[in-house]
Amino acid sequence: MKRIYVNEEWCLGCHLCEYQCAFANSGINDMVKALKGKTIHPRIQVEGGNSISFAVNCRHCSDARCIKGCISGALSRDKDGVVVIDTEKCVGCFTCILSCPYGAIMPSSDHSVVQKCQLCMDNQMGEPACVKGCPNRAIVYEERI
Amino acid sequence: MNYDYLIIGNSTAAVGCIEGIRENDREGSICVVTDENYTVYGRPLISYLLWNKTTEKNMLNYRPSNFYKKNDVELILGVRAEKINPDKKTILLSDGQEIGYGKLLVATGSSPFVPPMKGLDTVEKKFSFMTLDDAKALAGAIDKDSRVLIVGAGLIGLKCAEGISDRVKSLTVVDLANRILPSILDEKGSGIVQKHIESHGVKFYLNDSVAEFKDGAATLSSGKKIEYDAVVIAVGVRANTSLVADAGGEVNRGIVTDLKCRTTLDDVYAAGDCAESLNSITGQKQVLALLPNAYMMGSAAGVNMSGGEKLYDDAIPMNSIGFWGLHVITAGDYEGEAYVKRDGSKYKKLVTSGGRLRGFILIGEIERAGIYTRLVREQTPLDEIDFEAIKERPQEMAFSRAVRKDDLGGAK
Amino acid sequence: MIRDYLYPEYEAVRNPDLCIGCRACERQCANLVHRFDSDLNKMVSDSTNCVDCQRCVCICPTHALKIVKSDHTFKANANWTGEVISDVIRQAGTGAVLLSAMGNPKEYPVYWDKILINASQVTNPSIDPLREPMETKTYLGKKTSEIRRDRNGNIIPETSPQLELETPIMFSAMSYGSISYNAHKSLATAAEELGILYNTGEGGLHEDFYQYGPNTIVQVASGRFGVHEDYLNAGAAIEIKMGQGAKPGIGGHLPGEKIVDDISKTRMIPEGTDAISPAPHHDIYSIEDLRQLVFSLKEASDYKKPVIVKIAAVHNVAAIASGIARSGADIIAIDGYRGGTGAAPKRIRDNVGIPIELALASVDQRLRDEGIRGAVSVVVGGSIRSSADIVKAIALGADAVYIATSALIAMGCHLCRSCQAGKCNWGIATQVPELVKRLNPADGKERLVNLVHAWTHEIKEMMGGMGINSIEALRGNRLMLRGIGLTEKELEILGIKHAGE
Repeated sequence: MKRIYVNEEWCLGCHLCEYQCAFANSGINDMVKALKGKTIHPRIQVEGGNSISFAVNCRHCSDARCIKGCISGALSRDKDGVVVIDTEKCVGCFTCILSCPYGAIMPSSDHSVVQKCQLCMDNQMGEPACVKGCPNRAIVYEERI
Repeated sequence: MNYDYLIIGNSTAAVGCIEGIRENDREGSICVVTDENYTVYGRPLISYLLWNKTTEKNMLNYRPSNFYKKNDVELILGVRAEKINPDKKTILLSDGQEIGYGKLLVATGSSPFVPPMKGLDTVEKKFSFMTLDDAKALAGAIDKDSRVLIVGAGLIGLKCAEGISDRVKSLTVVDLANRILPSILDEKGSGIVQKHIESHGVKFYLNDSVAEFKDGAATLSSGKKIEYDAVVIAVGVRANTSLVADAGGEVNRGIVTDLKCRTTLDDVYAAGDCAESLNSITGQKQVLALLPNAYMMGSAAGVNMSGGEKLYDDAIPMNSIGFWGLHVITAGDYEGEAYVKRDGSKYKKLVTSGGRLRGFILIGEIERAGIYTRLVREQTPLDEIDFEAIKERPQEMAFSRAVRKDDLGGAK
Repeated sequence: MIRDYLYPEYEAVRNPDLCIGCRACERQCANLVHRFDSDLNKMVSDSTNCVDCQRCVCICPTHALKIVKSDHTFKANANWTGEVISDVIRQAGTGAVLLSAMGNPKEYPVYWDKILINASQVTNPSIDPLREPMETKTYLGKKTSEIRRDRNGNIIPETSPQLELETPIMFSAMSYGSISYNAHKSLATAAEELGILYNTGEGGLHEDFYQYGPNTIVQVASGRFGVHEDYLNAGAAIEIKMGQGAKPGIGGHLPGEKIVDDISKTRMIPEGTDAISPAPHHDIYSIEDLRQLVFSLKEASDYKKPVIVKIAAVHNVAAIASGIARSGADIIAIDGYRGGTGAAPKRIRDNVGIPIELALASVDQRLRDEGIRGAVSVVVGGSIRSSADIVKAIALGADAVYIATSALIAMGCHLCRSCQAGKCNWGIATQVPELVKRLNPADGKERLVNLVHAWTHEIKEMMGGMGINSIEALRGNRLMLRGIGLTEKELEILGIKHAGE
């Protein structure tokens, strides 16, 4: 399946992916309205500083521990292989946060449920906003074997 | 009737097993027998149900409604499996039916343990807290004026307390141990969580026990008297091993299994809370009664039952639980050298031994805990990572460039 | 010193209504113009060090930033302009030569913009390049002037070594050191995909790039950095750099702090030592000396590779070119005074040399007059800005063009002319690892390929319009050009008629 891959060789640590993510999932169609004066809670997180940096988000593992361990069945894989969260079902037990080996699932802004990258298939973007907004192709969306 | 695959029990391990089987075998017939009258649900959700964090509908949607149909599974509800006949490869059901199997999975789970307590039989409203029916019964028996006494300050008792906290007048928890959640927390951690729970109106009597229930009041060993309208007994659970034991299979605290989840009976497998598995950190066999583990073990069993090969050899104790917004994530055990950081109600303890992370406790600050879990599960040599950085916070950066490349750039 | 204070030339202006405080501008500015002020809880800018590279403008996700020319002014004076006054103040303060980069930015005439291209009407109908074949393939090298036959009367197909280009465009010399590894890689991979050549410049060839040899011109300059036998044989051609349009008559100086790791290894000089290219080649004081080097290089490369001699366009360029054509060189490259550089004394850049248009016209004419035009190919560079410039250059007599500034712009350069500072925010003219990685060669390559493809399309369109279907038929075809607003003398040198004639 097509996944987001991160190549730290090209990551500039600009954090724009985080902002693009927050915007894409804000439900607001204007970035300024969506983000101005707000603390963002992106589903992708940039690690590192000036010399080494990279973004981390859900790997959509084919053998996903988060799905297996989910106590409510809120995490599942959709027909395209995307690991998705049903926030209706999620009770915020955070077992997935315990399970994810990459630390790619995080509490939602109000900590009531979890949130994770769903490849922007759940918003208006249609393609991952972090990939589109990455100024140096450090984040790509492609098929890899 | 005869099925290629027969599963006793219809909880998480059973689902894991069905999905494991279907990875290999789309055709073989599968039958699930359960004494409950529900399709599968996550047992731990019952406290969230009472706390209105979920609904029964959502709960019973642990797998989509077409799950059994899609996987071509025959589901027999409300019937107990009474006996396994390993020679004939059949099981006997409580309705008299005898069903044959090619491979059998025992996923019978566990039952609440109710110790003998004086006067318990006089308590009119007494409950366990294990199943959806338990939760419904409890919910039906309490109201805004209820004073509820919970015996047991473990995971089940405390989640029950949280679940019903908005529905009742008062909550009192009694436990023989001198601290709460002793199975997953160290003393400091217990103290922090206890304080937090107390701030939500729960009263604890620790190092104490009920000497006698009488006339709507429990007299504790300490002499203290607590009036109640309902009692929840949550002192522990016992694995349901009797089916296998009676059939001549080996059982200890749980059903004995090998790494392929096979019991000592031919073609009989076991998974979930009824079974023992290998704790990969200690190398000991034990019952690791946790939902994620039940799934993994069931899934491994399913793969092995259907001709695949999957060793269930990376199980570790682990827990994620929250009480009134304070989240606790733990894994492994705490035998070793400890690094401790405390900041108010935030608490972190990392325990190392032999150059490996052996266990951890996170309270309050649980972000990215899974990276710690991974270190425990994989027993990563700490000299291969930047342990100082990872002590500070869980991060990919602590791994080598090669590992990061594989993590973030490799197909998963 | 209070007297040295100069108000910033450019100002970063933020629209506070649009700024979301993401701090991308702060993280991306190597000149530390932007920062988040936690007391004010907003982004602030100090434009003192702004070079107007536009990095922040481009990176800002809400387009909240722009750079404006400061309206601060000295008292208006057509002679003592603000720039002149500022330069005097700077030099009074430092006692130093003023350094700058990229090409001559002064308001001298741009002859390309005073030349118009012809198109067919009615007779000699125009050609639609989308429907009919249009040849841009170009061969560079000595052309045989006579046909030789063997004893049986068969033609001997022996020619001097030729460079084959899919389109008459090459990336001109930019050394590894003056530009980054990633910029070099972008150029090399783009040249490979385009079927053209790029040029190592004088910094040697990084071992990683030997694989692009068939698309590489290796340069030998006065410093002889990184020159060894494998190097000379690594590329498709060898270029002797005698001069450079941006700084004719002077050498080069790559400061020691840029001679790090691979650059030191590639240049074959110790880390941290200044790489000084002398003004002249110390073994070349005549055309005869040049001929010796040309043949030394041919000898070293088994006569399999054409040798290019590159010179800056200077006053007597035609005579010099004539000498070079007779030195045994296969190709003459001429670099006009608008040509770029990673660093040059500002006065040299802005005052030395001549326009490439005039140099090209006079060289082509001189070689024709002397009957030796076929002895060499002529490649021109020094501010080729568009496909129209290329069509005009070829019609004036060039065989192909060298582009560098436009290639840099394709890779992200915004012509801030601050390469000499080594803090290129676009990852091109820098060796700082955190900056170098800002140019992803996959992206750089794609943009270079796009640019050359687009230009080639346009060249074909213009050729088709003239009723010409082969670049060969355009070469030296000055009848296709007319001047506009030019003096008789200029028209005479360019060898073209005025518009309307």
